[in-house]
Amino acid sequence: FLVPLFSGREAETTQRGFEHIRRMKSQRMITRRTCSSVTAPRITTHYTIRPRDKDPRWEGVEMERFADQADVVIVGGGPAGLSAAIRLKQLANEHQKELRVCLVEKAPQMGAHTLSGACLEPSALTELFPDWKERGAPLNTPVTEDVFNIFTKNHRIPVPILPGLPMQNHGNYLVRLGNFVRWLGEQAEELGVELYPGYAAAEVLFHEDGSVKGVATNDVGIAKDGSPKDVFERGMELHAKVTLFGEGCHGHLAKQLYKQFNLRENCEPQTYAIGLKELWMIDEKKWKPGRTEHSVGWPLDRHTYGGSFLYHLNEGEPLVALGFVVGLDYTNPYLSPFREFQRWKHHPFVAATLEGGQRIAYGARALNEGGFQSIPKLTFPGGLLIGCSPGFMNVPKIKGTHTAMKSGILAAEAIFPKVTAEEADSETAGLHVPEYAESLKSSWVWKELHSVRNIRPSFHNPLGLYGGMIYTGIFYWILRGKEPWTLKHRGLDAHQLKPAKECTPIEYPKPDGKISFDLLSSVALSGTNHEGDQPPHLTLKDDSVPVARNLAVYDGPEQRFCPAGVYEYVPVETGDGMRLQINAQNCVHCKTCDIKDPSQNINWVVPEGGGGPAYNGM
Amino acid sequence: MSKKKSFLAIELQIRVKPDHSGVVTDGVKHSMNPFCEIAVEEAVKLKEKKLMKEVVVVSCGPQQSQETIRTALAMGADRGIHVEVSGKDYETLGPLQVSKILAALAKKEDAQLIILGKQAIDDDCNQTGQMTAALLDWPQGTFASEVSLEKDGIKVVREIDGGLETIKISTPAVLTADLRLNTPRYATLPNIMKAKKKKIANVKPADLGVDLTSRLEVLRVDEPPQRQAGMKVETVDDLVSKLKDAGKV
Repeated sequence: FLVPLFSGREAETTQRGFEHIRRMKSQRMITRRTCSSVTAPRITTHYTIRPRDKDPRWEGVEMERFADQADVVIVGGGPAGLSAAIRLKQLANEHQKELRVCLVEKAPQMGAHTLSGACLEPSALTELFPDWKERGAPLNTPVTEDVFNIFTKNHRIPVPILPGLPMQNHGNYLVRLGNFVRWLGEQAEELGVELYPGYAAAEVLFHEDGSVKGVATNDVGIAKDGSPKDVFERGMELHAKVTLFGEGCHGHLAKQLYKQFNLRENCEPQTYAIGLKELWMIDEKKWKPGRTEHSVGWPLDRHTYGGSFLYHLNEGEPLVALGFVVGLDYTNPYLSPFREFQRWKHHPFVAATLEGGQRIAYGARALNEGGFQSIPKLTFPGGLLIGCSPGFMNVPKIKGTHTAMKSGILAAEAIFPKVTAEEADSETAGLHVPEYAESLKSSWVWKELHSVRNIRPSFHNPLGLYGGMIYTGIFYWILRGKEPWTLKHRGLDAHQLKPAKECTPIEYPKPDGKISFDLLSSVALSGTNHEGDQPPHLTLKDDSVPVARNLAVYDGPEQRFCPAGVYEYVPVETGDGMRLQINAQNCVHCKTCDIKDPSQNINWVVPEGGGGPAYNGM
Repeated sequence: MSKKKSFLAIELQIRVKPDHSGVVTDGVKHSMNPFCEIAVEEAVKLKEKKLMKEVVVVSCGPQQSQETIRTALAMGADRGIHVEVSGKDYETLGPLQVSKILAALAKKEDAQLIILGKQAIDDDCNQTGQMTAALLDWPQGTFASEVSLEKDGIKVVREIDGGLETIKISTPAVLTADLRLNTPRYATLPNIMKAKKKKIANVKPADLGVDLTSRLEVLRVDEPPQRQAGMKVETVDDLVSKLKDAGKV
């Protein structure tokens, strides 16, 4: 039952969202010293920056979209989105009600954009499927050994993991989260959820009264210069009584919704880290399935938050998942998280495991570190936020999957009575479900996040890492987070960078090709690709800012923090000076650039669905 | 009738299995063969021009082949046939077996035209179209970059080494699509939703009387050798002496 609707005003709401960024940027542009002898080139061609209604190339192009109606639309097929979908259908079957649940996911198949350590706490899974073992959930590796070290350049100081410390992993499972998400997708399909991988939600749709009406999927067939190709097709509108947004850490639609509904007025800005990960096939003699290793310290200094993980999986072959996390509140623009990761692998303790092994996968993703203090308002007329998008990660445990799943379950339970009610009990056309936020606040998620709220901010003290560990020991381990105060974060990660001239470049060792590798061969392992002839989805509000400010003041940190080599400052073809080259096809959708750009000029939007990394069980 | 194949996506780094018997396919992203996409597009175009009545897409393989059939249905095909081949049979499934299946289906469905991609980009065999035509004793227009249906047959412009060759063949016939035949359309979401209602029939090769035994045995699969580092030389004399050292001259 397809209902053709007419809607051509797509530019309006995204423009409103960018008002705030434009205002902020003009306040911060103190010096406009251009490094180039040519005028700023035209880099951004995406229609969110260059609207099509004024573009002569789009005159006469059919902009109508087909629309379809569902009861619930879910954006994002990760643990949160899938748990919500599954729970909704479980309730519908229980109460013998018809419920149309549609889920859109930008990855070409479920799990292809999923990346995580991961050490899973099965609490939420058991709530969703008490019989998960019989159903074949891929939780094959119970944690057998838990090791925590403070690394120095050549040695390590072991730290005992006493019961009660957040890093204690007894009862948890090492999983390949991508495979887990794929399994969740199969369960969802069996229950009757309509899954649409390969289709990205590109736009939020609104009713006349301002409540959320649903989403529209991405248009296809737009050329790199922004003009329509012969194969141009409009995306589709999915309308729903309520829309769940589960885009994961730093979702691009969530970014718009924060501005639209002022959801962040009473919380701190979210703070983030970037996590880079590789999968290695190691020498069988070194394989210890179930062994969980974490480290802090070298190669990061005590004022840069971060650490590592190394998990020995038990899935029939000697596979280890390892990775490195760097807090994005780092101050030195010369820091490259990718190269920190590569050099960390040379630590004797880690190299010993990897020697003789072969790297088979690579990827990266930003993750939340704001915790309790950064949780925004979760509901608004017509929609709500679930999972890592608002951010429920328990930072010291480095686990967010169990809380993401629980938030999806609670969302489903809160909206079910409302969407199946005979009469819509709502002031607005899109349903408002504040009950979701209330039930989350009285759940174990809230208690858990509240108890660890001060651990991450406690890192900001003169002793840095060591002060943070002392604080954790006293206030978390002994007092269980019951101290009456709540520490604040330092502010937006993007504002923490110091100008390049105040910092020292870091001498990173050359990759040896056996344990450490160069960036481009790593990106190749992520399997990432995008249709080449489309506007770059890394859009710039102002094309002149990268050279004028990012390069001039901060020496172009985006060439270092992007884990996929998307940003490059190259000499201009004629004359002197530099220009920013955006290799959009390399993007692995980690969102770090949108987070860490000191000018907050980069706006990541979703590319044509189906593009991006092709992770297999990451 | 249009035949399509799903295979490992092109941008992936393929891994050879530890026992060198093949490549790892578990959980790896699959896509429709690009030449098959072009074939499906051509078939749909012919139907839109009202020169063909019905487009049937066929895929041979395991359960996940159904996804590729759905994509083709979303592009405009009318119905699909999934020939179930899995496990060991799928690993040894080659052009000869597929051609036998297609020939059997063509007779069963009374097809007038079979369009395939010219080759699959995983094995690069470029044999299935030709073998199918031979088994059916039908004419073939391979490497087609232009196809036009005329009253007395099909005019096919073929891409050959020396340029372009135009031939006319009678129907029923087999065509294989080359790169420049057309630009395939996107399978949009509304069409994917509509495709869910289109029928996909399940057939077993045994039902078609096809014997899948392979005449080939894969002895070994190896990764290509690592690229050796190059060397820069300053002068031509340097180059000649280095070549002499390496025994090349």
